[in-house]
Amino acid sequence: MALAAEAVPEVRHPLTPLRYRVVGKRRETEDTVTLSLLPLDGPIAMTKPGQFNMLTAFGVGEVAISISNDPAADEPLEHTIRAVGAVSSALCQTPPGGAVGVRGPFGTDWGVADLGQSDAIVVAGGIGLAPLRGAIRALLERRRPTGKSHLLSVVVGARNPSQLLFEEEMLAWQRAGAHLQVTVDTARPGWSGPVGVVTDQLARAPVDFATAAALVCGPEVMIRYTARTLFDLGMPRDHIRISLERNMQCGVGLCGHCQLGPWLICRDGPVFTYDLEAEAILASRQR
Amino acid sequence: MAESIAELIGRHPVLEGLSPEDVEQVAGCSHNVVAEVGEVLFREGDPATTLYLVRRGQISLEVHAPGRESLVIETVGDGSVVGWSWLFPPYRWTLTGRVTATLGAVAIDGNCLRGKADADHELGYVLMRRFAAIMLQRLLATRLRLLDLYGDGAGG
Repeated sequence: MALAAEAVPEVRHPLTPLRYRVVGKRRETEDTVTLSLLPLDGPIAMTKPGQFNMLTAFGVGEVAISISNDPAADEPLEHTIRAVGAVSSALCQTPPGGAVGVRGPFGTDWGVADLGQSDAIVVAGGIGLAPLRGAIRALLERRRPTGKSHLLSVVVGARNPSQLLFEEEMLAWQRAGAHLQVTVDTARPGWSGPVGVVTDQLARAPVDFATAAALVCGPEVMIRYTARTLFDLGMPRDHIRISLERNMQCGVGLCGHCQLGPWLICRDGPVFTYDLEAEAILASRQR
Repeated sequence: MAESIAELIGRHPVLEGLSPEDVEQVAGCSHNVVAEVGEVLFREGDPATTLYLVRRGQISLEVHAPGRESLVIETVGDGSVVGWSWLFPPYRWTLTGRVTATLGAVAIDGNCLRGKADADHELGYVLMRRFAAIMLQRLLATRLRLLDLYGDGAGG
């Protein structure tokens, strides 16, 4: 008797990108765009806020880019990309209707679901707001048993007002209940917000630092000083989660390009708890 | 009931914890001020005579360059302090201070306070420690901004 052929689930090789169509393109700043993507060959696995994908600009190369929306939302996959090199520039120039490659999702996530009943403070610098956008949306969805939302404080830093990402959406976060502080390094007269570093704003966040959780992403120096300020304000070290960036290439812990001390950022990160080991590694000179 | 100047000073984060005697000394040089958005509190080059303990609101510190638009280099908000130029010769403001959110502050007469600190070095030392801590914090913040952290290639 002939054996009936069993259905074999398709196993995709993690190094093979899937084609996605650019169905939307929104300019955020002079050098940064958000691409909305829908699958052409079938979707990648479900993602979580904080993870990243490897995006391919066909014929140019591949680069690691954080997922910038809430994957649980019923909307296209979104990546916010700053044009800083050949691949990211090519991705930014991909027109609506064009195709890009997507591998992923890779790495650890912000663990929003684990935050439970904790209030949260989100601290973002520059393009570091992109990986936090999905987490902010998810945090705003959390509700206490009373139906009241948990306290969420968002502190955003940028070089100047023209470099701010998601300006309209930030106002929507504020309307949804988030306490928002936006600060820039320099501004022209007429800017009514604060001018200075994000660490100067932290003490004004209306959260209980002893119990709240912090999600921090941005330049690494900013992350270190933010963490120190949060300690000074009474936040326990293990309540702080940070996202790091290195030269991620394979995404699956094989090539070693993204090694930082004992970690491979693509596999063990990009999101880490800012424990003593993390602080020591970030303070060391190994790169 | 309105709070006294001494109470406002004693509760301000920068001078919180000072002895009642020291607070009274400072209060003797102080008065309450309110200023609206757009008001210029001091101008670069003018004689510097005042230290502002900001209770609420915001002051932007601007620097001017001939032929260029002014730049806001820093803002000072709730619970902070602005104005060190009265401490050091030639006692002139080095920046322009403009109110960008309705201001409630305690204005301390720098000449008066300098006189009291000269006469009572313990008071002077206590105040200088408080002010130096803020200057250190501002110096670190300035150094961080010099790094242009959000420049090309930086961030997640």
